[in-house]
Amino acid sequence: MKPVLKQNPLESEAIYIFREVVAQFENPVLLFSGGKDSITLVRLAQKAFYPSRIPFPLLHIDTGHNFPETIEFRDRLVKELGLQLIVRNVQDDIDNGKAIEEKGKYSSRNGLQTTTLLDAIEEFKFDACIGGARRDEEKARAKERIFSVRNDFGEWDEKNQRPEVFDMLNGRIHLGQNVRVFPISNWTELDVWSYIAAERVEIPSIYFSHEREIFDRDGLIWSASEHVYREDDERIQKRKVRFRTVGDMTCTAAVASEADTIEKIIQEIRGSSISERGARIDDKRSEAAMETRKQQGYF
Amino acid sequence: MEVLKIATAGSVDDGKSTLIGRLLYDTRSLTSDKIEAIEKSSRKKGLDYLDFSLATDGLVAEREQGITIDVAHIYFSTQKKSYIIADTPGHVEYTRNMVTGASTSEASIILVDARKGVIEQTYRHFFINNLLRIKEVVVAVNKMDLVNYSEEVFNEIVSDFTKLQQDSNFKEQRLTFIPVSALWGENIAERSTAMKWFEGPSVLEHLENIKTENLQETSQARFSVQTVIRPKTNEFHDYRGYAGKVTASSFKVGDEVTVLPSLTTSTIKEICFFEEQFDEAPAGSSVTITLTDDINVARGDMLVKTGEVPEATKEVNATICWMDGKPLLPGNKYLLQHNTNGVLAKIDKINAHIATNFQPAGDASSLKLNEIGSVTLKLSKPVFADSYNKNKENGRFILIDSQTNTTAGVGFIQ
Ligand SMILES: Nc1nc2c(ncn2[C@@H]2O[C@H](COP(=O)(O)OP(=O)(O)OP(=O)(O)O)[C@@H](O)[C@H]2O)c(=O)[nH]1
Repeated sequence: MKPVLKQNPLESEAIYIFREVVAQFENPVLLFSGGKDSITLVRLAQKAFYPSRIPFPLLHIDTGHNFPETIEFRDRLVKELGLQLIVRNVQDDIDNGKAIEEKGKYSSRNGLQTTTLLDAIEEFKFDACIGGARRDEEKARAKERIFSVRNDFGEWDEKNQRPEVFDMLNGRIHLGQNVRVFPISNWTELDVWSYIAAERVEIPSIYFSHEREIFDRDGLIWSASEHVYREDDERIQKRKVRFRTVGDMTCTAAVASEADTIEKIIQEIRGSSISERGARIDDKRSEAAMETRKQQGYF
Repeated sequence: MEVLKIATAGSVDDGKSTLIGRLLYDTRSLTSDKIEAIEKSSRKKGLDYLDFSLATDGLVAEREQGITIDVAHIYFSTQKKSYIIADTPGHVEYTRNMVTGASTSEASIILVDARKGVIEQTYRHFFINNLLRIKEVVVAVNKMDLVNYSEEVFNEIVSDFTKLQQDSNFKEQRLTFIPVSALWGENIAERSTAMKWFEGPSVLEHLENIKTENLQETSQARFSVQTVIRPKTNEFHDYRGYAGKVTASSFKVGDEVTVLPSLTTSTIKEICFFEEQFDEAPAGSSVTITLTDDINVARGDMLVKTGEVPEATKEVNATICWMDGKPLLPGNKYLLQHNTNGVLAKIDKINAHIATNFQPAGDASSLKLNEIGSVTLKLSKPVFADSYNKNKENGRFILIDSQTNTTAGVGFIQ
């Protein structure tokens, strides 16, 4: 037996939130993208309910444009922890005409995920969707509550949010509504990396420096892939890069990097003058890109 | 690393967002893409300086109207501490969002516009800070550039503010006055060269020196059960753990505990966190506790040390801050959530309406949005609560409207 427990306050808070979700909702789900934030959530959930298994399934909204490394990693994690994984494909919604593929140079399936997500929520009657969004990521996210109520259409009413005082989380909703829950709201990018390092959590290989076929556009580095639109004059080169976020291939740019261990990644982020989402093309679309997507039911 | 949670407060346009933006800028916490975005928007608005409030006003409506509507949480760190700042709105209309932001903070910065001095909203926010019992308060007298960095103006505001404090019954509170210009960074991260007459620290210097351990409460330990963990696997066949958070003080293995409301007693067998076991869990930790006896414990129950049992009561007197558009009226019923426990509550009477401005208190027939009053509630079942002054975590509750499900008010038990 060890003497006095010294818990990271961010970890205590996240575990408290997970336990409130399980106590207050009938049918929660964890939105899993395969990125470092959702991997951190899985770790926290594991610790929150140990020695029980994680008492809810994972839901992955697959754009079909994922990095293959992420998918391999996902399947391995699910098997190791004995979790239930639900996958819903954006491709199916494109095939049945519910979602329409974007065209052109900046086309991406990122926005299309909303339709597939909302359908999955309805299909499984999920009342709480746990996500890995952090308030330091983006200015609209900085405004969101930990328990964020969405109406039947998945919309966020940002000007009329429920007061959330102290640590008292009110998850009462009407039938058809759902709550988006963000246990790591108060974590920064660096907090997540430090936690991954301290806990020795495994993460997909694309976070580490590796040689990759890429091309340059608008000062950002893009992965050369059949899924990413490329102009004739955008030449493919090989370069040492890594990814800071692993969203959809079409909206996630790489950064030139030599960091091949977590410790080096942490050092790199400390010294970086660009924010994490600086490499996300979906936010660059307009100043209110995230807020608009959230209002419509995005993660 | 040490974490300090701070909230800003003050009237509309006193410069809360600007001060935070400036802190971020001066501590090099703004990344180049964010600075670029601020430069671009400032130019678009025709300004010849950087409008740092754009760093925190995250909603379209806020940027359009140039005001803060809801709390934004901002993060930055120095060598010494990690800071979480809640940038709260100044407008009376959004007082409930200000309360939301301040409720999770351990320290606050109240801004005062040097040209306007202590006004109604300053008083209201100071009052709410006292109600929440925030121990460490910085009063930043801002826009000193617009009053020629005058020492007299500053001193006058300090003396007005000190008078407010005399009426307060919260003597442990520490007030620190600092003259600043958020826009020009005077006394924000570094000491001002324009106000050499001021010998105190800059805002950041002061924050760096706050000892967070002094902000902790010394009250009796409480443990609200969030959920029961029963794995029912072969390895953990008979395991029955109570998951929850330790609030105040600590629990140790071997402690004799009383379970509320049943009043059954037992002893702490194990304190578990993931695959490890500990001898002691201090305040703030999320753990799983097992007991030596097989007794009935469920969500909403509370473990306390035997001999430290709070009194059970079916009638509660509380100061309530109302947060809903539908007013609180005598006779109304709400769901009262006290820690993880929920009971039905009926408003028995409103004893007094508490003035949070310089006007006399209104009549006590109702509490409207953003009003504060002293209220008596009758409960369907007894709760084991403390007074907020004695035990913060066990002395507060929220009222939930059972028709709309919204959080309609927050209460501080007297
Ligand atoms: N001259 C001068 N102007 C300032 C100073 N601080 C803030 N301002 C200006 O005052 C205006 C309001 O500042 P904000 O930071 O948006 O005010 P706020 O307190 O956040 O307002 P709300 O959040 O809406 O309550 C802006 O135009 C700022 O540029 C200062 O020190 N000197």
